[in-house]
Amino acid sequence: MSINVENLTKEFDGKKVLDNISFKVEQGEVLSIVGFSGSGKSTILKILCGLLNADSGKIDIDDGDIAMVFQYSALFDSLNVFDNISFALQERKEFRHLYTKQELKDLVAQSLNTVGLPGIEDKFPHELSGGMQKRVSLARAIITKPKYILYDEPTAGLDPIASTVIEDYILRLRDETKSTSIVVTHQMSTIKRCSDKLIMLYGGHIVFRGTPDDLLRQDNPYTKQFVSASIEGPMKIAASDF
Amino acid sequence: MANIQLYLKQTITYQVFIMIAKHLKEFMETFGNIAYQLWQVLKYLFSLQINIKQVMEQASRFAVDSLPITLSIVAMTAIILAMQVAPELVKQGGKDYIGLLVALTMVREIGVIMSGFAIISMIGSSQASELATMRVTDQIDAMKVLKVSPFKYLFLPRVLAGAIMMPFVVIISSTFGILAGGITSMISAKDVTWLCYISSVWQGLYIRDINIMLLKAACFGGCISLISSSCGYDAKGGAKGVGIATTKAVVWSFVAIVILDAIFAAAFYF
Repeated sequence: MSINVENLTKEFDGKKVLDNISFKVEQGEVLSIVGFSGSGKSTILKILCGLLNADSGKIDIDDGDIAMVFQYSALFDSLNVFDNISFALQERKEFRHLYTKQELKDLVAQSLNTVGLPGIEDKFPHELSGGMQKRVSLARAIITKPKYILYDEPTAGLDPIASTVIEDYILRLRDETKSTSIVVTHQMSTIKRCSDKLIMLYGGHIVFRGTPDDLLRQDNPYTKQFVSASIEGPMKIAASDF
Repeated sequence: MANIQLYLKQTITYQVFIMIAKHLKEFMETFGNIAYQLWQVLKYLFSLQINIKQVMEQASRFAVDSLPITLSIVAMTAIILAMQVAPELVKQGGKDYIGLLVALTMVREIGVIMSGFAIISMIGSSQASELATMRVTDQIDAMKVLKVSPFKYLFLPRVLAGAIMMPFVVIISSTFGILAGGITSMISAKDVTWLCYISSVWQGLYIRDINIMLLKAACFGGCISLISSSCGYDAKGGAKGVGIATTKAVVWSFVAIVILDAIFAAAFYF
């Protein structure tokens, strides 16, 4: 249940966003991918879950479900929370006749309990706060018991307390489901609290790999610039990247 | 050499050529996408992977929501037609042909094409903007990650609902148009009675025409839903992308049903 990526390359309009990227995430580990906007972090997630094709490279993922928690939750706004969470179970051939209505209700309730939001099955996404939407999105991701969970900036746009709650759930899910996770994030708190290891991307390359402690300790000019949030440093950011 | 290249790039011919090439590429891309999506829809249709609940929901939206505007447009067209034609025909001694003319026009052309236009502006635009919003807010990506095909869940019910419901909408609106034409003829032309109008309507109605009308309506309905869904599905960017996709859906649907109409006319009446 590990994820092994070798020499991943992806180009958009002649610009190499990922250039021979390789990394491995062991079962039950949380890998954080950090880097400035436009450095290809989300592209890696999209390639891993099959939304984009890589130009070259090899991805080794064991058979099994990959779930993804999107940056802005991506809940289906015409469906209520129950239908959002049970969407895959209701629509996918292999699940459709597996559960009775009552079992489906119980599973959704159990998923909502896991993310600390019991009893909101009838609400629609627009009736929920940003933090609640993220947690519903988490509940939707875990209902099929995936082996891999990908998080695209799970704490972006949330207040510090809501961010801590989401970080706690990421850790809890890792411990309870033993899933292998990749978290794309900019937030130092998420990196420190959730990651077992991390990689930093810049210019299509990995410029740092190590543990969250290494990030703070090492004398790497890239990590130094990232941690200090400084404009000065080896990473030159064009205004068009923001 | 570099100077010649620079000079050529500045010429109007070059600019026009580039513009045509860009539009042609865009046209081919859109056409290719629609063809691919139609293939996917047919694949799910023939393997009977149909979400009945979604089809019912879309059918209700397609028929019920669009009916008031469709009825109004078709009836107004029939009224205008009758107002212009009835007095002239009475003058020429052809009052027994007013109903025939209105019915023939409604069944063969106006009823279907005007309903199509009404449905494009009402339902097609709404389908395109709905799917475009889903695209730009990652909902379609989320659906794919959940391993549910958007062609099965979003496209097929819409296309099926369009193909099934459009004939009903056209029958109702054409009937309404014929009746509205009759009332207008009685008001606008002397000596035209309801009985005279209705009996001439029957002279102009043939089963073949009605069958062609129903087939045409089903094709128009499916085509509008397919194009609108396709344009929405391929939307890029944010709010601007939704707007562009909606406009594109309306323009492509209008052009497509006019072309389809011409094909039907050539195939059955030429």
